[in-house]
Amino acid sequence: MRPEVISSVLQIAIRTGTPLLLGAIGEIYAERSGVMNLGIEGIMAVGAVVGVAVSLATGDVWLSFLLACIAGVVMALVHAFASVSLYANQVVSGLALAMLGLGLSSLMGRSYVGKPLPHTILPRPVPLLADIPVIGPALFYQDVLVYAALALAFVSWLVLFKTRWGIMIRAVGEDPSAADAMGVNVYLVRYACVAFGGAMAGLAGAYLSLVLRPGWTEGMTAGRGWIAFALVIFAFWDPLKAIIGAYLFGAMETLQFFLQVPLGISAPLLGMLPYVATILAMLFAVSETLRKHIGAPAALGKPYIREEKVI
Amino acid sequence: MFLPITVRVEKRLEIPPWLRLAVPVCSFLVALALASAVFAFQGLNPLAIYGTTFSRIIGTRIGLSFLVVKAIPLLLCAVGLVMAFRAQVWNIGAEGQLLLGAVAAAGLALFVMPEAPSAVLIPAMFLAGFLAGAAWALVPAVLKAKLNVNEVITTLMMNYIAAKLVEYLIYGPWRGKATWGFPFTDLIPGNAVLPTVPGTGIHYPTLMLALLSSGAVFVLMEKTKLGYEVKVFGGNPELAKAVGMRPAKIIIACMLVSGGLAGLAGVGELAGVHKRLMYPESISAGYGYTAIIVAWLARLNPLACVLTALLMGGLLAAGETMRTSFSIPYASVNVFNGLILLCVVAGEVMLRYKVKLVVRRSVGHEA
Repeated sequence: MRPEVISSVLQIAIRTGTPLLLGAIGEIYAERSGVMNLGIEGIMAVGAVVGVAVSLATGDVWLSFLLACIAGVVMALVHAFASVSLYANQVVSGLALAMLGLGLSSLMGRSYVGKPLPHTILPRPVPLLADIPVIGPALFYQDVLVYAALALAFVSWLVLFKTRWGIMIRAVGEDPSAADAMGVNVYLVRYACVAFGGAMAGLAGAYLSLVLRPGWTEGMTAGRGWIAFALVIFAFWDPLKAIIGAYLFGAMETLQFFLQVPLGISAPLLGMLPYVATILAMLFAVSETLRKHIGAPAALGKPYIREEKVI
Repeated sequence: MFLPITVRVEKRLEIPPWLRLAVPVCSFLVALALASAVFAFQGLNPLAIYGTTFSRIIGTRIGLSFLVVKAIPLLLCAVGLVMAFRAQVWNIGAEGQLLLGAVAAAGLALFVMPEAPSAVLIPAMFLAGFLAGAAWALVPAVLKAKLNVNEVITTLMMNYIAAKLVEYLIYGPWRGKATWGFPFTDLIPGNAVLPTVPGTGIHYPTLMLALLSSGAVFVLMEKTKLGYEVKVFGGNPELAKAVGMRPAKIIIACMLVSGGLAGLAGVGELAGVHKRLMYPESISAGYGYTAIIVAWLARLNPLACVLTALLMGGLLAAGETMRTSFSIPYASVNVFNGLILLCVVAGEVMLRYKVKLVVRRSVGHEA
């Protein structure tokens, strides 16, 4: 491949990976606190449609992002209520939320299909740095949300591993009864983390519909929520490692468009790439887990029931 | 949290029989009420929609037949899922396994043995469909059993890959000649088409298979050693291992059965409904996902799935009516799906626990 092609693959890969990164950061928090949220696919879809709806109604792009976040929080709280307060099975409750989100987005989006947005956020070059060959455009010719997502990844890593809050969150996800005995409000921490996860998924959806693929089309999330969910395992529940993973997956999605013509492989076959890559990534994650003895938070998926001992 | 009320939760020692029925029924009704609110909020009149769809589906022979046709794949998929879910094996891949069943049936009917008489071809298609669905499920099954790879993700990814495979076939090598430019295969030969109940679209061979498999899984779960192992493993994997059961065998068996049954559903959709391979979202209108609700609503009882499959079949048929009569996108039916599943799973707490509201005298430390 010629250098300018590599350069634009990298640039697009990073943009394409950004919604995955946002979704994964949120899910890392939820899972670190012990709650698995399979609903991000649905939350992303709702975030995407809310973003488009607000943007068309007000023309204010930042308000669109904000309301998409809030919609994400509301959706996630449903899952938090079911799985934290009602001890519901997290797999089933999350799937239900995914279905609900996909249904809601389709219902709400029915009048927005194919409507052009009044504005969009374009990538802008950082002077001088963007002219560096090959990596310049990838790193310094991006839209502001790409940088924001990166900053969020760093901040959420700091909070998770270097602050008291982070210790609390991880304690709740590893051993909720011990955390409870230490005076941590297990339920509150879990609610907060799931809500944060929802905000991130909502943001990811809005990025998708406002920046990456402007406009609303039904099913536009196309499994990105599930891939973000998988990314969490691939990143060993670490926001910094999620950056690498997200961009790698972004590259997978991008490559299919660049490889189609030179390799002469049909679009549907190349379209399998991100999904096959996800399965391979899971295999990689498992082998690393076995090698380094790092795994999921110990209490992941287990409801915490205070009034009685869990057998 | 800040009200002077404490929620006290006690585990039920035994579940009263009436509650087993009341909880799913109430969950369903609550979900329906919530969905109405969503529709009203969207400026649609839920009562008008319910009224029209109900009378169009229950009130007409075409509507009723449509309901049963939708219930057939749901029942086949759900019965398999019951077995997997009982073992806490989260097969979310019925959608893809169904598609593979359809692909196998189409391949057999169009290319391998198009000349064979019905008596040979139809059983062969069902066999091939079962094997194809099971094979598609085998990948996540082995990854889960041998390496403990999260099966929720792998089965979901296999769904997307299956959809892409179908697209590849219909746009590429299998694209038919007489399709007016649509990306479809040609129609399967008449001897491959499943017979229907006269005057309806109900392809009864698949219906019989679905009913049979519901009974078969019931017997498998209640009367065989494998079924016993599935239940013990699902209840407590550590205990199952401690008493010498082999988790790998249980996981793979559950996935093969559920994948195979979903494959049968795919054969029914191909040879009984569409009669050609076409867009993946037409072959399976979310049956694999809706079947999760069918299984859960039946409280993982394979016989009860017959009823819940009819119920959810009615809902999918309603989704179709809403699309044609009110131009609401078909995917909106997922609002019902999601809410029903949420309410059912949240309602389970009522079965397993007694929830008591205790009024506190003063706001203490218990937040």
